[in-house]
Amino acid sequence: MNNLIKGEKHDWEMVIGLEIHAQVKSNSKLFSSSSTKFGSSPNSQVSLVDAAMPGMLPVINKYCVEQAVKTGVGLNAKINNYSVFDRKNYFYADLPQGYQISQYKYPIVGEGKVTIDFKDGTSKDIRIVRLHLEQDAGKSLHDQNPSKTYVDLNRSGVALMEIVSEPDIRTPDEAGMYISKIRSILMYLDTCDGNMQEGSLRADVNISVRKPGDEYGTRCEIKNLNSIKFIKQAINYEAKRQIEILESGGSIEQNTMLFNTSTGKTRPMRNKEEAHDYRYFPDPDLLPLEISKEEIGKIKSSIPELPDELKNKFIETYKLSNYDASVLTAEKQTSDYFNETINSDPELKNYAKIVVNWITSELFSLLNKNNQDLNNSPVSPENLGQLIKLISTNEISGKIAKDVLEDMFSSGKTARQIVDEKGLQQVTDQGEIAKVIDEVIAENPKMVEQYLAGKDKLLGFFVGQAMKLTKGKANPKMLNDILKQKLNKKN
Amino acid sequence: MSKSSLKQTLKDLDTKKISIRELNQDYLKRIKENENLNVFIHFSEENVLKQIDNLEKDNSAKKLKGIPIAIKDLFCTKSMPTTAASKILENFNPTYESFVTQKLLDEGSIFVGKTNLDEFAMGSATNTSFFGNTINPLSQENEPLAPGGSSGGSAAAVAADLCLGATGTDTGGSIRQPASFCGVVGIKPTYGLCSRWGIAAFASSLDQAGIFSHNVEDASILLQSIAGFDQRDSTSAKIDIPNYFENLDDDLNGKTVGIPKEYSIDGTPMEISQIWEDAIKVLEKKGVKIKNISLPHTKYALPTYYIIAPAEASSNLARYDGVKYGFRSDEIDSLDEMYENTRAQGFGREVKRRILIGTYVLSAGYYDAYYLKAQKVRKLIADDFNKAFKECDFIVTPTAPSAAFPLNEKQNDPIKMYLNDVFTVPASLAGLPGISIPFGKDQNNLPLGIQILGKHFDEQQVFNAAVSLERSYE
Repeated sequence: MNNLIKGEKHDWEMVIGLEIHAQVKSNSKLFSSSSTKFGSSPNSQVSLVDAAMPGMLPVINKYCVEQAVKTGVGLNAKINNYSVFDRKNYFYADLPQGYQISQYKYPIVGEGKVTIDFKDGTSKDIRIVRLHLEQDAGKSLHDQNPSKTYVDLNRSGVALMEIVSEPDIRTPDEAGMYISKIRSILMYLDTCDGNMQEGSLRADVNISVRKPGDEYGTRCEIKNLNSIKFIKQAINYEAKRQIEILESGGSIEQNTMLFNTSTGKTRPMRNKEEAHDYRYFPDPDLLPLEISKEEIGKIKSSIPELPDELKNKFIETYKLSNYDASVLTAEKQTSDYFNETINSDPELKNYAKIVVNWITSELFSLLNKNNQDLNNSPVSPENLGQLIKLISTNEISGKIAKDVLEDMFSSGKTARQIVDEKGLQQVTDQGEIAKVIDEVIAENPKMVEQYLAGKDKLLGFFVGQAMKLTKGKANPKMLNDILKQKLNKKN
Repeated sequence: MSKSSLKQTLKDLDTKKISIRELNQDYLKRIKENENLNVFIHFSEENVLKQIDNLEKDNSAKKLKGIPIAIKDLFCTKSMPTTAASKILENFNPTYESFVTQKLLDEGSIFVGKTNLDEFAMGSATNTSFFGNTINPLSQENEPLAPGGSSGGSAAAVAADLCLGATGTDTGGSIRQPASFCGVVGIKPTYGLCSRWGIAAFASSLDQAGIFSHNVEDASILLQSIAGFDQRDSTSAKIDIPNYFENLDDDLNGKTVGIPKEYSIDGTPMEISQIWEDAIKVLEKKGVKIKNISLPHTKYALPTYYIIAPAEASSNLARYDGVKYGFRSDEIDSLDEMYENTRAQGFGREVKRRILIGTYVLSAGYYDAYYLKAQKVRKLIADDFNKAFKECDFIVTPTAPSAAFPLNEKQNDPIKMYLNDVFTVPASLAGLPGISIPFGKDQNNLPLGIQILGKHFDEQQVFNAAVSLERSYE
């Protein structure tokens, strides 16, 4: 695969690394018992600790630690028995302590890797450097008053996992696939709700460009991107910007950039000289975090089937392609739905590929059109299973099945109900089909002549006419066979 | 001035020889008579009377019922403002009660007021307070003396008999040194014995609450009341607290005392070497084995302390930014200006000096040379003690290198001021318990203190040695 992008003078390769900030799914914050519920009224979920009142002390939330360990296991990573919380010192209005509690030298999770799958059936490993736990900051609200900034501390102290990748990513698509994969793993593990719109998952992107084979170039970091679309846009824009500078003889300044979602452009936020000196040091209010092998073992044994395992299982059990299986397992709700559908009837096992298609193309497009989610799909897995069963037993044609699905989607009825009510059963009676064909042949003598003169393409015309007369219910294979037979007899 | 002890007062209250109201009115009277000492940042007679009213209505038995206690103004209290002696918290009223003060309230004690201290506990003379100096009650007519610091207000409150006990905090000597200067007993327990929850932080890995009292028995009663595990403080120790008072035993026969040679420092006044020798002689007479020990890294303790404590302070004090509570400067045109002016105007000189030092030693490029190295030395200092305590049961040293000095001396020489902590800082770095008891006087009849250090969580041995020395001195 050629991942290079063309500049004016050279081909260039992007080198991309991601820092993903995933909010830990937990009812309470990392160091306090305040609620983490999203969308509550400002400053309604703030404890004395979150507001950094004098004399208040952080106490680690064990559940968040377990969630991080779980995630580490899911990322095939090394879990560290010993990790340390550090203070990252800087002033900002929505950072009440004047420091963020994070992990610097000794993170809770070390090296790991995740695999991304391409459409062509190949795959690639992206290495993970580390995962560490840290507190989120509050939120500064600049749009509430013309001259004042308000601060909402509801988010202050919420637990985040920062997942840092090696610079193994080479294209915006890979970046998108990587973050999707991480999101998928977190959601399977139930350690993050994966909601990018609400900011539960966001990423900082480090990007540089180089001529193939060269050393890494100077990188820039684009901060705080909260959708895969923006990540790709930002990477594309930033890569082009860097290439233009380099090709015109300039050099890249190591900057921290912000991405403007309305213009699609990046702009510098601060340069290296303006970079903060965070004065990291171990937080003396907290003891080092020690997790025993037994505890790690216990957490490991509680982990559900993850997308890659499930993918392999699907490939093996249902003979699906790598790509189909990875699409099915990309989101837990999809693989759950698939499992429920295929298990709704013992026969369906033999039609796995059809089941995949009906879920990932027909049902997904209906859901998309109606802005709905698989989780609250009006068509239940059992009902979809029933529909596919009707197709597989030739009771209805695939074409009619599409209309039936639409009907099921809007009316909530079962496939059986709709087919019976509307009489949509496929016509498989040879005599009945032959009768219709005879009618069509009789009514189109000129066409028959032309066909017999060698215009084979006209076969489709006769099929169409016959289908029209049967309201699409004729079994297409039988129709084809009988039609050919009859026409050839004329010869 | 004959002072009644806490122990005796509890008896008198029990036998109805005196009522809670009579007792406290006696103290209120003295507090008002001694306003010139500037012991309290916050004192309200009304508040004290209210507490008396409430206790009179309360029929339950409580260990310290009606006992007047003074609280260092670093402990957050619901019923009184909490300032940390800083302008930046001038009008701060906590909505919560610190662990230590809550324990004292639960036992039925009466808070007579919040005592003065060095701003955020940074100082050795109670002269960096935004609310002015506290004067040592032992000062002679024309020469006002410093009470020591940082808990100078609490030490002075006990010395002037304005309460039967007081809370303090000790980061590098802030209980023991003022106790020595004011001629009272002051104990800093093992790090982790008393929860730090609700105490405005100075240096988290060193801060520890403790007690001032008239005598060792009283200290043992009060310390037991404020000690204990608290799940809100991750550094709080999960141990059973013994009944120190019940277990007091002045028979030291067969014990071994360690005498560290590194504590004989050139320039230490004769009188101080003298009381140290006296104490050793007394112990010897009591059958205590004298063991000369070495704590070889002692000389690095002060520089180590003055890296670690400011480093932690620079971060701990970042929360005072004018955003959420406390003082905010009026002159603000931007967020940066709000920080700069709020903190420039809200903090005093010594606090700013330590924030600067702390920021410097943690900054990129200097961290390894200062902070990291200091942490390593701290470990060596702790190891010194661990080794020494294999050969002895407790260690005896002087508490401070001088008696109380005049108020204005050393004000402009921070290094000289820091030297006050030379004997107290090593045990702080090692997290060990230490007590200072009055033991002898200098030529001006000012009290001098002897320090007894013990093993981790061996407060009982510290109390036993202290009560034994105290009884022989009386």
